[in-house]
Amino acid sequence: MNGSGPILSCRGISKSFGPVQALDGVDFDVNRGEVVALVGDNGAGKSTLIKAIAGIYSIDDGRFLFEGSPVTIGGPKSATRLGIATVYQDLALCDNLDVVANLFLGQESVIGGAGHAARVLDETEMEHRSHDLLEQLSVTIPSVRSEVGTLSGGQRQQVAVARSLLGEPKVVMLDEPTAALGVVQTKQVLALIKRLRERDLGVIVVSHNLANIFAVADRIFVLRLGKRAGDFNAHETSEEQIVGAITGAEFGARPNGEAKGGVAR
Amino acid sequence: MKLRTPDVGAPEDAGAEQVSRADVVRRFVQGDLASLRVIFAIAVIWIVFQSQNDRFLSAVNLTNLFLQITAVGLISVGVVMALLIGEIDLSVGAVSGLSAAVMAVLNVKQGWNPWLAVAAGVATGAAIGFLQGALFTRFRIPSFVVTLAGSLSWLGALLLVLGHTGTVNLANSDITNLANTFYSPTVGWIFAAVAIALFAAITLAGYRDRIGAGVTTEPLGLLLFRVGIVAAVTIVAIAILNSDRGLPLALLILFAFVIGFQLVTTRTVFGRHLFAVGGNAEAARRAGIRVDSIRVIAFTLCSGMAAVGGIMAASRLLAVNQSSGGSNLLLEAIAGPVIAGTSLFGGRGSVWSALLGAVVIGSIANGMDLLALESSVKYMVTGGVLLAAVIIDAVARSQRQAEGRV
Repeated sequence: MNGSGPILSCRGISKSFGPVQALDGVDFDVNRGEVVALVGDNGAGKSTLIKAIAGIYSIDDGRFLFEGSPVTIGGPKSATRLGIATVYQDLALCDNLDVVANLFLGQESVIGGAGHAARVLDETEMEHRSHDLLEQLSVTIPSVRSEVGTLSGGQRQQVAVARSLLGEPKVVMLDEPTAALGVVQTKQVLALIKRLRERDLGVIVVSHNLANIFAVADRIFVLRLGKRAGDFNAHETSEEQIVGAITGAEFGARPNGEAKGGVAR
Repeated sequence: MKLRTPDVGAPEDAGAEQVSRADVVRRFVQGDLASLRVIFAIAVIWIVFQSQNDRFLSAVNLTNLFLQITAVGLISVGVVMALLIGEIDLSVGAVSGLSAAVMAVLNVKQGWNPWLAVAAGVATGAAIGFLQGALFTRFRIPSFVVTLAGSLSWLGALLLVLGHTGTVNLANSDITNLANTFYSPTVGWIFAAVAIALFAAITLAGYRDRIGAGVTTEPLGLLLFRVGIVAAVTIVAIAILNSDRGLPLALLILFAFVIGFQLVTTRTVFGRHLFAVGGNAEAARRAGIRVDSIRVIAFTLCSGMAAVGGIMAASRLLAVNQSSGGSNLLLEAIAGPVIAGTSLFGGRGSVWSALLGAVVIGSIANGMDLLALESSVKYMVTGGVLLAAVIIDAVARSQRQAEGRV
């Protein structure tokens, strides 16, 4: 069993920017081994919620529960320490460095002995671990020594996701992971998201593309004007219902409240 | 015996091995292309000047050439630190003059121990770099503005330190020997043997480690070829130097700094972070790298090396005067690495480019002096070479960007 409760719970999260109420008492859960799609129109509060969870914005009101216990997310580092990894849309990769260097950027392995004090890079160790990680995720790139700037958009996205896994996170948030990708590359990234679920991670995906969302998500959480506008089981919901919830045109579908992790399989 | 983790066996890697070998060849072509281009350019320059004046490739002139490029090469090593993070330091000329002046005044007028004076000179340069780096990161002023303002100020400080005489002659033999010591042929050959043995040992040990760990490596043939080239160049160079005055200490100092900085930039966490900041500062920041610290350190190293270069220049000139660090020194120190493939846009390049670029610029200057060309011609030729190099850099960059969007 995948534990009892959600791995991450957000309760009554509120955040305003001046007069604009970006988030208004949002309750949001993620379970282990579950892909939750976070959808909503522009300005619905998706990014604000993601950034609040990632520790970039401090919240005005509400609380976070991680693995059942209350936590404060004081900044990006405290979110990372809890085990929440975020892959932003711009990926933040260094094009001039190779895949290994990017995967380990900021957390490089250092050799032991005399070279330790001089912080000499342990390239073989890092290359080895890169191979292992990318193999587990079935990521296909020409070589771990390829410069990231020479990779395709899909490969870059996969490298960015793989990097977020090096810190052994429990929750991974992906911001628009398939934006600007071709058909084949989108497929690769969606397959990677499914493999994250197989690793029992809680995965939060922000996307505008409903077709992609239905392809990977177990649950679809809809935000509208900073409030929860619906929480749907992706396997029992139609695209029309989601669009209805996003636009507020029709409120027919009842939010199903409790999430059912692992329903996909 | 090497670290071989059990979960990745050789068979699974067989497919990846194929792909990566092709990639390795591609990397060799792309990565070493800039260096090959420069070496080719040097060959052309040397052949042209030799055909015009057969003293150009004589042992005495080549030795002079290396003595001439020592100071600018050392300054360029520092400039590479600034270029790698995508910044520029326009104060290196003035800083080299001021640091040398501080050393000279402390030693000659204040009677300091020569080595203490040298250390104080280098510390002056490093402190200036720290200050400029701190101003740049604290107030987010473009680095060329900070260092341009700095350049004027340090020029003023140079005049102040030198006092009304305007010139300080160096008399201490420890300091003047830095640029005027030549080793006997035997010592030269010993250095050559040690250098070749070390390079071969490090190259082959790295190969053995990587094979042992089961990760990709460059083909053994390529590595042996590289060792062979280095050995051949070293032997020829020592033979030439020995047939004149011998191996100069100045050249050893230059190589020691080049190799040291090359190792720091390519083998350490700090070096990796330098490239990361130059490639994508925002990505580096999000990866937890203290970007501003890296920048301040890079500027400190840059000015510190400007001081080292200035002290070597003073040692060769046997004096520090009001024009120390002036004239073309600044432009040549920046143009050299750029000509030899270090990008002005940051994140790409190597410390070797400081050496290779200095040889290119030094050869052109030396050759034109031998031909007794007018200053007007010399300036225009040097400017043209720099412009060509920057154009090549810009073209290579746009090609890379086009590739990246495939």
